[in-house]
Amino acid sequence: MSTYAWLREFAGSWMLVGMFAVYVAAILWAFRPGSRRLHRDIADIPFRHEDAPARGDQEVRP
Amino acid sequence: MANYLKLVVLGLITLVAAIAANWARDLAYMVHAILIMLVAGGMFLWTLRRTDEPGVPAARLQGEYMDGVIRAGVIATAFWGVVGFLVGVVIAFQLAYPQLNLEWAQPFANFGRLRPLHTSAVIFAFGGNALIMSTFYIVQRTSAVRLWGGNLAWFVFWGYQLFIVLAATGYLLGATQSKEYAEPEWYVDIWLTVVWVAFLLVFLGTLLKRKEPHIYVANWFLLSFIVTVAMLHLVNNLSIPVSIWGSKSVQVFSGVQDAMVQWWYGHNAVGFFLTAGFLGMMYYFVPKQAERPVYSYKLSIVHFWALIFLYIWAGPHHLHYTALPDWASTLGMVFSIILWMPSWGGMINGLMTLSGAWDKLRTDPVIRMMVISIGFYGMSTFEGPMMSIRAVNSLSHYTDWTIGHVHSGALGWNGMITFGVLYFLTPRLWQRERLYSLSLVNWHFWLATIGIVLYAAAMWVTGIMEGLMWREVDANGFLVNSFADTVAAKYPMYVIRGLGGVLYLTGALIMCYNLWMTVRAAPMRAARMAPAE
Repeated sequence: MSTYAWLREFAGSWMLVGMFAVYVAAILWAFRPGSRRLHRDIADIPFRHEDAPARGDQEVRP
Repeated sequence: MANYLKLVVLGLITLVAAIAANWARDLAYMVHAILIMLVAGGMFLWTLRRTDEPGVPAARLQGEYMDGVIRAGVIATAFWGVVGFLVGVVIAFQLAYPQLNLEWAQPFANFGRLRPLHTSAVIFAFGGNALIMSTFYIVQRTSAVRLWGGNLAWFVFWGYQLFIVLAATGYLLGATQSKEYAEPEWYVDIWLTVVWVAFLLVFLGTLLKRKEPHIYVANWFLLSFIVTVAMLHLVNNLSIPVSIWGSKSVQVFSGVQDAMVQWWYGHNAVGFFLTAGFLGMMYYFVPKQAERPVYSYKLSIVHFWALIFLYIWAGPHHLHYTALPDWASTLGMVFSIILWMPSWGGMINGLMTLSGAWDKLRTDPVIRMMVISIGFYGMSTFEGPMMSIRAVNSLSHYTDWTIGHVHSGALGWNGMITFGVLYFLTPRLWQRERLYSLSLVNWHFWLATIGIVLYAAAMWVTGIMEGLMWREVDANGFLVNSFADTVAAKYPMYVIRGLGGVLYLTGALIMCYNLWMTVRAAPMRAARMAPAE
């Protein structure tokens, strides 16, 4: 089997299924329970720290 | 101590560039070697004068954002924008009036050399600077930390300008590897790789030391843009120089493989440079200007993953009816059509961010500019998949319809959102209360919009006419029109297209005046903070 033939075979089968699975998993993960509050918080990031970086070493918690 | 090392390196570069200028095998290479010699020599002197001088302590700087490099980016974006639009207008009129390929300026100001100058100036100089400045602005604000890497960001900025100058002068002097949107020769490609890796490091370093626990979605788009462009650039520019003292190189791929790699690059340059990167800008600046968070954060995540997984396969639609295998061009077509969904999802997400604040459209010309850019994003991402369908492509390919499509995306989407961002950033970066004049923004908005409409409409008409003329056969099966017949028939549309370009350029000049006067004359912002740097 030439390199082209098996690469083509692999790309059209397992690689395709694998990438599709990763894609679906990434989307499903966004819809996990409890993500709504988190996403609302992340969507507000642009409205914090416009003028200067966060002070001190502590992480920013809303 | 680091300065001594810098001096050694700069001295060596100056020396090698001087030798290269002496041994150069062609004009472009010699000019570039002299240019590099002067730049490296100048930096040698500049570094020498600053060696062993006390600098600003790093600890104090950590309390401020690094905005100097973004201010430079604003200036560079506006400057290269005007240059790129101007060259575009010139070549548009060269097509309408071939006499404008002036005899005394041959071969340098020939259409064939000015055309890549125009495309690279608008995509890589104007668009690239807009992306770099926005990336630096967004990643700092959404990570709540100063840029990582100290002056590395300045290296990225100046290194990128050097890349632009080398590429542009190279085209005029005849150094090109004849790959569309990847024309620069091998040593310019290597330099861009160095600059791009530094860009990636600054971005990743800043993300890694972020104070916000989460990475805002705009940064996902920006990271995908930086990483993918690096990958595309490396693979599409695999070439072997004929001599290290000359600009000519030979591609490693040949024939249909080369064509496939080129359009894999070409289409993903659109997908990741002009789309993913600019979507990163949209996901930050549109919510900021509308003063409300993005319509649906979940939709933005779906938008991101769908775009990433789909775009990379769309390239073969540039090669319908060629030596490319049928399955590959079908694959490209199918993925292009599926792309409709994430593109429109993203458009809806951007537009709906204004829900509840639609009245701003009446009062704020800057948000109007951003909204029309999202509208053009939607329109050109509708048109593109349609043109990728084989049957449509058989009519549209090689005609001006393609040019019209590209410009509705580039002028409408990339141009308009960049103008919006420049209007957003300038008062903030120079601590001004507001823009100098909103009515001038309004003038810019309408000039640019009418310019795009003239441009796109003229190209639709001439493109479809041209396609129909090419395929017209008489009762005996002979072609009715010669190529020159189509050229003659297109003349009025070419003039209209040129006028559209003049309007767009005028709008950009008005913007430059407005931004200049904002810095010069608009009132200072009330002191909410210590002045940056």
